[in-house]
Amino acid sequence: MKVTLFSTCLVDMFQSNVGKATVEVLERLGCVIDFPESQVCCGQPAYNSGYVNEAKEPMKRMIETFKDAEYIVTPSGSCAAMFKEYPHVFKGDEKWEQKAISIAERTYELSQFIVDVLKIEDVGARLEGTAAYHTSCHMTRLLHVTDAPFTLLKHVKGLEVVPLPGAHNCCGFGGTFSVKMGQISEQMVDEKVMSISGTKADYLIGGDAGCLINIGGRIERKGMPIKSMHLAEVLNSR
Amino acid sequence: MPMKIGTENFKERVDSGIQNDFMRAAVSGAQERLHGRRLAAAEELGNWEEWRSHGEEIRQHVLENLDYYLDQLAENVVKLGGHVFFAETAEDANTYIKEVIQKKNGKKVVKSKSMVTEEINLNAALEEVGCEVLETDLGEYILQIDEHDPPSHIVAPALHKNKEQIRDVFKEKLGYTKTENPDELTAHVREILREKFLHADIGITGCNFAVAETGSISLVTNEGNADLVTSLPKTQITVMGMERVVPTYEELEVLVSLLTRSAVGQRLTSYITVLTGPKQVHEVDGPEEFHLVIVDNGRSKILGTEFQSVLQCIRCAACVNVCPVYRHVGGHAYGSIYSGPIGAVLSPLLGGYEDYKELPYASSLCAACTDACPVKIPLHELLLRHRQVIVEKEGKAPISEKLAMKAFGLGAASPMLYKFGSKIAPSAMSPFTTGTSISKGPGPLKAWTESREFPAPNKERFRDWFKSRDKEGEKS
Repeated sequence: MKVTLFSTCLVDMFQSNVGKATVEVLERLGCVIDFPESQVCCGQPAYNSGYVNEAKEPMKRMIETFKDAEYIVTPSGSCAAMFKEYPHVFKGDEKWEQKAISIAERTYELSQFIVDVLKIEDVGARLEGTAAYHTSCHMTRLLHVTDAPFTLLKHVKGLEVVPLPGAHNCCGFGGTFSVKMGQISEQMVDEKVMSISGTKADYLIGGDAGCLINIGGRIERKGMPIKSMHLAEVLNSR
Repeated sequence: MPMKIGTENFKERVDSGIQNDFMRAAVSGAQERLHGRRLAAAEELGNWEEWRSHGEEIRQHVLENLDYYLDQLAENVVKLGGHVFFAETAEDANTYIKEVIQKKNGKKVVKSKSMVTEEINLNAALEEVGCEVLETDLGEYILQIDEHDPPSHIVAPALHKNKEQIRDVFKEKLGYTKTENPDELTAHVREILREKFLHADIGITGCNFAVAETGSISLVTNEGNADLVTSLPKTQITVMGMERVVPTYEELEVLVSLLTRSAVGQRLTSYITVLTGPKQVHEVDGPEEFHLVIVDNGRSKILGTEFQSVLQCIRCAACVNVCPVYRHVGGHAYGSIYSGPIGAVLSPLLGGYEDYKELPYASSLCAACTDACPVKIPLHELLLRHRQVIVEKEGKAPISEKLAMKAFGLGAASPMLYKFGSKIAPSAMSPFTTGTSISKGPGPLKAWTESREFPAPNKERFRDWFKSRDKEGEKS
């Protein structure tokens, strides 16, 4: 199966390991990976700050980049949800609306793609320890992917996923919110980190690089012995 | 209390919220209790999503036909012998209510809980003309005797106070001598209020929903105070936001069920009262005179705009109770009697962007509010629309941000520029980098690195790795 990878700009620039893990896991599951070089950012930082016109340029670029892809797969619930939002952004735009709908229909978050399209629940991964899983807001509430990550993690040998109190609360990332409302964001991430630390988990696992950079950054600042890992990295552990 | 509360700026309000440990403990405790209860009450119905869609449909239908239903409502109230006044502004509403009270030579006013009378600052207007105005909802009463402390939550106005603080207010203001036990606190207030109810000559209520077909108004409470407000005084004045109307009892039932389950996780509240006009000849109790004041105060300007769905709101505060921002800053930080996500959407619409321009940004867009709303208001999307208006029409966004976003638009849209930018990022950031992270970031990163590490850009980007790997593949 041919998969066109949408790496996301955060993974491309800051979390390249997540991109590598995504490629290796999908290849192991029999996919052939294509990475179009012309991909940029999905436009979310500008869009979510109210700069809709500025956001449309990278969005158009992304639509062009992925127009011939069969399956667009991304290791991010938030960026996948942004692609799903494109039809609303270009509503009524004769030139772009249909193309936007077409891109949105073919977009999958990584765990969703593995479970729902490849129909695989056990990717043959192994990781010893206990983990708390962060259910990121956009993945669950906008993309409605709630079970797939847990289904995959359940089959990771040696790994026990422990319940995370207050799991429904946002980690405080929110893109530009994290700097624009830094003082509020700090309180939110601090509470999240304290909940994670209370579980005594060895790992914090999440499916969105943004949340992981946020929570992981706070864990590192506090010097806590918790390792943050992206779902793709966990699935690629052997 | 007008809609706008406090004189501090947004940052100061947020700071004092964050530093208020008592308030934060009270709010997070309440959020956790209400979260579980709301989910259980919704689950119990078995088909919550259908209920929500039905609720949304009812509210949308009413808003699309608001003129028709308000007309029908007014006609039916008048038929019953009541009076109806359409108030375009807060001032119009207050002037009318003052006139009614003065005509009756009324002095003693008892009120049940009403957000719209807070919005129009009715109490101050009545006190100016010599009325003694008493709030009889326990939460509102606590705030009123505590030097008019503003409400911090649309359902539980005194949510920001714990029982020890309430005991202290009672000690200071009422000469209370007992403990912080809620039963004792409540019993003490009940003694005081009973006496006041008996001597009141005007009763003022809000209105959860008015029923157009019958000319009725409904009140949803847990304390029964609204029933005393509407049965003892000879004159009753009900003040409602113009959008709070339903066609018939059938829709009332659906919305009340959505309201009580979403607000407090109850199937029904202790009292759900429906009142139809003044006392009729064959009736034994009720007010002799009934006035319905229908308040616009900026609402009709929202109709027909991209923000119309905010008027679907039934004031349950489910969005407030799940909001992680509200959880940490509390209601007063919003600077409006309408706090939380609904307040962040509604306050700039009713009060203007000048006073409330920060509120649409006080959200991580986590969408917990949108998920919780029983009438499906897309709250986080409306916050985004506000941001767009602020940037494009109001011109209130900072210039530095505008430039950055302009650059983002150019940079992110051009693969060449993007590749170049991301390529040089590690060296551009190297003066701030120790190992793999940045502890003291420049520019906008400063706000981040005050509390968190930020990762240094990867020297080998993912795209470089992918490309080199392809080349290796070609070689072998």
